[in-house]
Amino acid sequence: MKYLRSLLFTLLLLSGSAGAQQGSPDALIQQVTDDVLTIVRQDKDIQSGDTKKAISLVETKVLPYFDFNRMTALAVGRNWSKATPEQKKRLSEEFKKLLVRTYSNALTSYKDQTISYRPSKLEAGETDVVIKTEVIQPGSKPVQLNYALEKQSAGWKVYDVIVAGVSLVTNYRGSFSQEVRNKGIDGLIQMLSERNAQLESANK
Amino acid sequence: MKTNFSKRLSTLSCTLAIALASGCATTDSDPADPFEGFNRAMFAVNEGLDTVAMKPVAKGYDAVAPLPVKVAVGNFFGNIWDSWTAVNNLLQGKGGDALSDVGRVLINSTIGIGGAFDVASEMGLTKHSEEFGQTLGKWGVPDGPYFYWPIIGPRTTRDTVGWMVDTYYDPVWRVDNIPLRNSLVGVRYIDLRASVLPTDKVIEEAAFDKYSYIRDAYLQHRRNEIFDGDPPRIPLNY
Repeated sequence: MKYLRSLLFTLLLLSGSAGAQQGSPDALIQQVTDDVLTIVRQDKDIQSGDTKKAISLVETKVLPYFDFNRMTALAVGRNWSKATPEQKKRLSEEFKKLLVRTYSNALTSYKDQTISYRPSKLEAGETDVVIKTEVIQPGSKPVQLNYALEKQSAGWKVYDVIVAGVSLVTNYRGSFSQEVRNKGIDGLIQMLSERNAQLESANK
Repeated sequence: MKTNFSKRLSTLSCTLAIALASGCATTDSDPADPFEGFNRAMFAVNEGLDTVAMKPVAKGYDAVAPLPVKVAVGNFFGNIWDSWTAVNNLLQGKGGDALSDVGRVLINSTIGIGGAFDVASEMGLTKHSEEFGQTLGKWGVPDGPYFYWPIIGPRTTRDTVGWMVDTYYDPVWRVDNIPLRNSLVGVRYIDLRASVLPTDKVIEEAAFDKYSYIRDAYLQHRRNEIFDGDPPRIPLNY
């Protein structure tokens, strides 16, 4: 009986520490999502389409957990290895700007959706995982929202966002490789920066 | 009258010829999209129709109808579709899911007042997304060439056939009273269009070539649907 009680106590301790462990990728996604949604739910400006405010929210709350270098490399595909370090840096910067805006814009159309976290089987020692969530919206089908994460020395980093099966990163591969074929890597940098400038001025 | 018709026909065939010729001129075409020229022409037609007709109506509906009404409309048509979802789940050998779909229809049609409320979801019966295109996919029918059709939009060849079968069995299209049937089809279309209004801006800003962005997204999305949201991961290499 005493043995049983100590066993229970140990289990309790173990489960407690597992719950509090922020080091797991699913806990990270849940925490960031909750943080962002708590703010959006209270912020009338963001809800009425203030993209600037949404962008600054994303920059402070979400950006630290994303690996834009990797995302850009995946979007550019095979041509990435042909880019100079300086070109890689500029590509990442511009692609980051574009993705942040896309993501922020999606936030401004937030109504009263809720997020449900689907249980993910994570094996110990795994360094590359997909965390599955679902956006529940009354009146329509739930939309899958998955995150691909990689374990790095600084912790887990998101390198892809997959909406209803569509990878936001690899969906750019076709148009990026076509631009590189036509105008080279510098052409792609220019295409991205022109788009960003245009979106920025439209939102003033 | 006859000359008028043949004149129109020749204009149309001219347009098609130009579209196809420009398709051939495209140097780097996607193997999944052999009729890109035709598809791009149809895409332009649809974009035009959407701008002048569908989108304004959907926007009006979105602005006028209060949220509970929109939710009820979405639920109502969703409930009708759930019966066809059940059939498709059965055809794909997913008996448990089919049973759950039947349960959803029974619960939502009664307690959910004719489908206006999705009570079943709250009771834990998950809504599934199925149609005949997915069933064909599960049976091993390949995508076939990609098409962009007027009005109905992107479909692979397999999903075009799937869509025809869906429409044939669709309870809404089977309503005997024609004016009622047409109104139902219309309202469902507008409700669907209105529900994706927020996506418009995102795509407009994110896409460099809207046509290929939508095509690539559609093909990824369909693969995901056929695998019920759990497709085998393709290693992302570069």
